[in-house]
Amino acid sequence: MQANRPEDFSKNVSKALAQPDLKKIIRRTTDKAETKRAEAVANFPEFENARSQGQKVKDHTIKYMDHYLAEFEKNALAQGTVVHWASTGEEAAKIVLDICRQHKAKKVTRSKSMLGEEIGLTHAFDNSEMERIETDLAEHIIQLAGDPPSHIVWPAMHRSREDVVKLFREFHTDPTYSEEITDLVRSARRDLRTKFLTSDIGISGSNFLLADSGSSCTVTNEGNAELTITPPKVHIVTAGIEKLVPSMAHAVPLLRLLTRSATGAEITQYITFHNGPKRPNDADGPQECHIVLVDNGRTKMLAEGMEEMLRCIRCGACMNHCVVYKHIGGHAYGSVYPGPMGSVLTPHLNSLEVANKQTHACTLNGRCEDVCPVNIPLPKLLRSLRAQSWQKKYEPLTNRFVVQSFAMMAKRPRLFQLLSSCGVIFMKVFSRKGWIKYMPFTSGWTRNRDLIEPESTTFMHQYKKMKKAKSGGA
Amino acid sequence: MSQKITNAGRTQSNTIECLNISEKKVGLFVTCLVNTMRPSIGFASITLLEQAGCTVEVPELQSCCGQPAFNSGDDEGTRQVAYQTIKQFEHFDYVVLPSGSCAAMIKKNFIEVFKDQPEWLERAKHLASITHELLSFLVDVCHFQPSDIELDGSYTYHDSCSGYRSLNVYEQPRKMLSKVKGLDHKPLNSHAECCGFGGTFCVKYSDISNEIVAEKVENVLATEADYLLGGDMGCLMNIAGKLNREGHKEIKALHTAEVLAGLAPQILGGKDAS
Repeated sequence: MQANRPEDFSKNVSKALAQPDLKKIIRRTTDKAETKRAEAVANFPEFENARSQGQKVKDHTIKYMDHYLAEFEKNALAQGTVVHWASTGEEAAKIVLDICRQHKAKKVTRSKSMLGEEIGLTHAFDNSEMERIETDLAEHIIQLAGDPPSHIVWPAMHRSREDVVKLFREFHTDPTYSEEITDLVRSARRDLRTKFLTSDIGISGSNFLLADSGSSCTVTNEGNAELTITPPKVHIVTAGIEKLVPSMAHAVPLLRLLTRSATGAEITQYITFHNGPKRPNDADGPQECHIVLVDNGRTKMLAEGMEEMLRCIRCGACMNHCVVYKHIGGHAYGSVYPGPMGSVLTPHLNSLEVANKQTHACTLNGRCEDVCPVNIPLPKLLRSLRAQSWQKKYEPLTNRFVVQSFAMMAKRPRLFQLLSSCGVIFMKVFSRKGWIKYMPFTSGWTRNRDLIEPESTTFMHQYKKMKKAKSGGA
Repeated sequence: MSQKITNAGRTQSNTIECLNISEKKVGLFVTCLVNTMRPSIGFASITLLEQAGCTVEVPELQSCCGQPAFNSGDDEGTRQVAYQTIKQFEHFDYVVLPSGSCAAMIKKNFIEVFKDQPEWLERAKHLASITHELLSFLVDVCHFQPSDIELDGSYTYHDSCSGYRSLNVYEQPRKMLSKVKGLDHKPLNSHAECCGFGGTFCVKYSDISNEIVAEKVENVLATEADYLLGGDMGCLMNIAGKLNREGHKEIKALHTAEVLAGLAPQILGGKDAS
């Protein structure tokens, strides 16, 4: 499946809505995620407390980003990790590929990382002489299918079990002929196991970077991050600079929020803190460690008043609870990051000019903010991006004209009242038996639903008449 | 004209307040959808507020709360509309709107566009502090309970997003509706999930909005209730419009205020409420 482009949003949406089973497939995952998250929150009475604590940790670290970055670098170096800085995604991908080439790597294993997708690492490897092996089960599925991810936690959620059965039969060396999930997982495991052990370089992302120790934390359920990182000689971490927290104690409340918000679990199967290359007495581990710290628009977000978005811990709760995401799915957004958080991030990672439509594809109903584990005011941020689009005139002219005309009328109440009365007369012309099925200039509404017939005259008209009658009668 | 009435009203109310300190002088902002599409909600609001012991005035120079401009990112347009609203309504003891979304606009969003205008920011903050959504105002501020209202059948309730999430409107309408004789409640699955209206969203992204409202309609029909009630004309128009398009005439959409003011039979009979 070819990746969609963010600038084609409207086209992508039509394509998504035309897929008959997509909504059902998405719902299967998001409904479960919603229920499980609600249960996890109900079973964790300190949730609100943890939430404000988590927000404070993030806000503090972001405020003193320069200090903690320097501290992280110092401690990572002391562990023997090589620290690289990349200001753009391209630069970051180049650093990673250069390291791989220095080691003459043929095969690289990768554990799931959205940052890796963001910096275009998958494409960079696919266009290179090296073989890229995705080790997360869902990433493995979409690699076989040639799809971009459609969700930040469940990247293959747009694929049905039937799809997976077909893909595994086609691509696995020793495929299963059962359609049971456990058998399918075993089939993937057989296929991946040898690849783990023969990989030259392991590449991972990071859920948290601990400044006081220079460690990087991964949170997974499959143990694939550990198997990606431990056997190969070289380990490369790519991480956004917003992943920083001062210490392990600060990461803990965020971990508690992350797992509950993402999957409704109290904790994941594996939470590992990676502390640089193998030390003399260690039984195993990579001989060489690199960490690439990526900016790619993050400091710009900080400078432009979007610092609240840097709190994001990538749990995906906002998209699981988004009515728009649930109907159009992740691919329609045309970005690595879909849903509410993606609609705020993409304009910064790409540009507002190409990704402004996504900021409008939201009813501002506030559910995403309600479930965000670090209280990111997503609707407010989306609206502020709309305000920027408005100032830069990215909005289509017809929309601007309609909104401006409405505001022009609304600031002149007498004119507004007069036009409202005219509107009622106009609508009455098209009304039949209490409803309007079609009327000029309202196709956006009447294409999909009927419009209720208005009463005989406006409220103001009736109200004035009533008052007059009362005073006349008195 | 209405400016004069408002100013004169203010002086009068001061005098009245000396005699009866509990009297609440309420400015009713009917909202543009109620004004053009469903005036009966405005009259129902007046009836209920008066029953709750308020003196109600409807400033004639009112228009729109400014949401279409605000949600489109047109801050200047929003300010232009907001100046009017602030001037018309800031002198009241309370400002009440029969809509969670328009009330939330004034309560939460006006201050966003006046960040760089200290004088207007203060006035916007004051207006925000006296502004209420109708159903929550009746219960939380007036401690009102309807009496002698009857309506046979069952209702299901759609909580509008702004009312529910921004203004905590949830218990209040249900509490008042429980006093309506003959009326049973049938809970709506996903009662607080957006109906897909979203103001300009429903025409800008009509097809996404359609998918969302189609799902809402499924949930509404599954309750087998006779009435769909809510506190926002926008959501009700959207859901009712979809119900009708799909040929489901068995369920009637009404604003909660219409039911509580006893106007339901009249409206269902097709008559104006004034």
